[in-house]
Amino acid sequence: MADQIAVAIVGSGNIGTDLLHKVLRSNVLEPVALVGIDETSDGLAAARRMGVWTTAGGLDAFLADPISDDVAIVFDATSAATHIEHSPKLRAARKVALDLTPAAIGPLIVPAVRSPVLNGVLPWNLNFVSCGGQATTPIVHAIAGVVGGVHYAEIVSTTASQSVGPGTRANLDEYLNTTARALVEIGNASSAKTIAIINPAEPPIVMRNTIYALVDRGHEEAITTAVQRAVEEVSSYVPGYRCLVPPQFESTPDDAVVRVMTVTEVEGAGDYLPPYAGNLDIMTSAAARVAEQCATAVLAGAEFAEQTEGVR
Amino acid sequence: MTAVTLLDTTLRDGSHAVSHQHSLDDTRAVVSSLASAGLEIVELAHGDGLGGSSVHFGLGAERDLDHIEAGAAVAGVTRICALVVPGLGTADDIRAAAAQGLGAVRVATHVTEANLARPHMTVAKEEGLLPIGFLMMTHMATPAQVAESAAQLESYGAEVVYLADSAGHQISDDIVRRVDAIVSRLEVAVGVHTHNNLGLAIANALAAAQAGATYIDGTLCGLGAGAGNAQLEVLVAVLERAGFSTSVDLDAIIEIAETVGRPLLRRPQVVDADSLLIGIAGLYSTFLLPTRHAAAVYDVPTSSILRELGKRQLVAGQEDMIIDVAYGLSTKVPT
Repeated sequence: MADQIAVAIVGSGNIGTDLLHKVLRSNVLEPVALVGIDETSDGLAAARRMGVWTTAGGLDAFLADPISDDVAIVFDATSAATHIEHSPKLRAARKVALDLTPAAIGPLIVPAVRSPVLNGVLPWNLNFVSCGGQATTPIVHAIAGVVGGVHYAEIVSTTASQSVGPGTRANLDEYLNTTARALVEIGNASSAKTIAIINPAEPPIVMRNTIYALVDRGHEEAITTAVQRAVEEVSSYVPGYRCLVPPQFESTPDDAVVRVMTVTEVEGAGDYLPPYAGNLDIMTSAAARVAEQCATAVLAGAEFAEQTEGVR
Repeated sequence: MTAVTLLDTTLRDGSHAVSHQHSLDDTRAVVSSLASAGLEIVELAHGDGLGGSSVHFGLGAERDLDHIEAGAAVAGVTRICALVVPGLGTADDIRAAAAQGLGAVRVATHVTEANLARPHMTVAKEEGLLPIGFLMMTHMATPAQVAESAAQLESYGAEVVYLADSAGHQISDDIVRRVDAIVSRLEVAVGVHTHNNLGLAIANALAAAQAGATYIDGTLCGLGAGAGNAQLEVLVAVLERAGFSTSVDLDAIIEIAETVGRPLLRRPQVVDADSLLIGIAGLYSTFLLPTRHAAAVYDVPTSSILRELGKRQLVAGQEDMIIDVAYGLSTKVPT
């Protein structure tokens, strides 16, 4: 019986290439292909040097090649529009799609908060929300776990201008909406708001996230402990994830409600992307972690969902 | 005589000075008075623009859309304008505001990040609003970089590109070189938005007009973030003296400033030590009140927080850094 699961990465840009470095370190994942559309891309060259099969013919060329037969999990690090085309093809080929784009076709997944095996089955498509969502949902979820829900969560993600690509810039509203949705659906906030700030400082700043939560007062100590645990959990797969300011509590006009504020930063591992791009590293790190969880489930004989869950 | 269009932002930038607590009655009184005095554009809603009401920036007393509706009802031919900052306000916010009677949008980005404005600028045009680009913290970029960003905004359809000296850090020569870099190269009209942290809000506005800027911001009694903005009634008088024409009636605006503007002030709108430090450090002017609050909560001097913030190349919206720094200073072991 195999003890590794074959995976492929579609998208040979910065994200796909960084992901390849991370997957190569895994004990349960065997990266067999990096799929691009530009023969001259740095990512495909890097993969070939590492002995990984490549094609510049896109997803169709990969699926037509026998090398795809044994691949159970495919990461998609292209764009939302491209993933919408890829998703049905991957489903037809019976491959789990791990979607790092903002397409958000499948259920949202944040590995510190929930397992990809949802209700006993493995969905065919999972979406990684956004960098801000990966960095803040675990904190909101931890606070909600202490007080039985957060009345309102608000997060401010500040990233280096140098790490924010044209796709994100053109779709900032979608980024805000998807992140806020994750804070509600996964973080257990009753309502949520996301704010994104882009800073062009030189040298580039490390990604930082400020998390505000309005909660019932009287649980200050337990919240501090829970946030600390959540930071440890995230840092188990994103080593550069740290708490900069532990939970600060301030009263609000409503005597029964207190405002929690905490700040985290994400420094990248510097695999292919520069260390300041923690916003990208937390996406590839989360994807590698979820792929390992999926692989472990597949090796244990997990059942697949009959239909893609959460399709909107 | 060269004509200059004045834009009043008492109800928007001025919101910072009152922690976003303007009432709908304030909005009605200010908009109707300004319209009667001949203002062409009046900006209102939360100080951080559409969607600004938040824990991070401060909750507004009223909804942005209600302010816009209240203002539009008494504006007559005066256009109601809103600021929108991509990353905070969305295209949907612009559409909803347009439905309440909005007439113009200023899409605001950090001076080097103009490409964030494209989707919002596109929606502003689709909604039939006057599309205006607004570059913040222009002291953090060279004149050539400012012109580069202005060219991007022009290509997205901006009819006016504003240069904001958000930190009130520039001296007249700084602002003239930035205006000149655009005027000499682009067709688009240039506007300036000044702050008074170094006492130069009026002087810089005049210098910009003489360099070719044709849109200028002001507020009644100078109400605004930090030491405030260019004082509108003074601006009208100075521009008249310098030979510019505006649509605003000088006698009327002087009276409105006293009867409608001054009652809005919650503290003297002056250059004090803290706002001067903001101007020197080149910090976003809105940091003033949150820094004073953090200084009280963490028992550290306001000046120490501002000096530390000044070392960090911060952009608009990074108010969370204030608590970060205040917390850091409060936990530092005294040596």
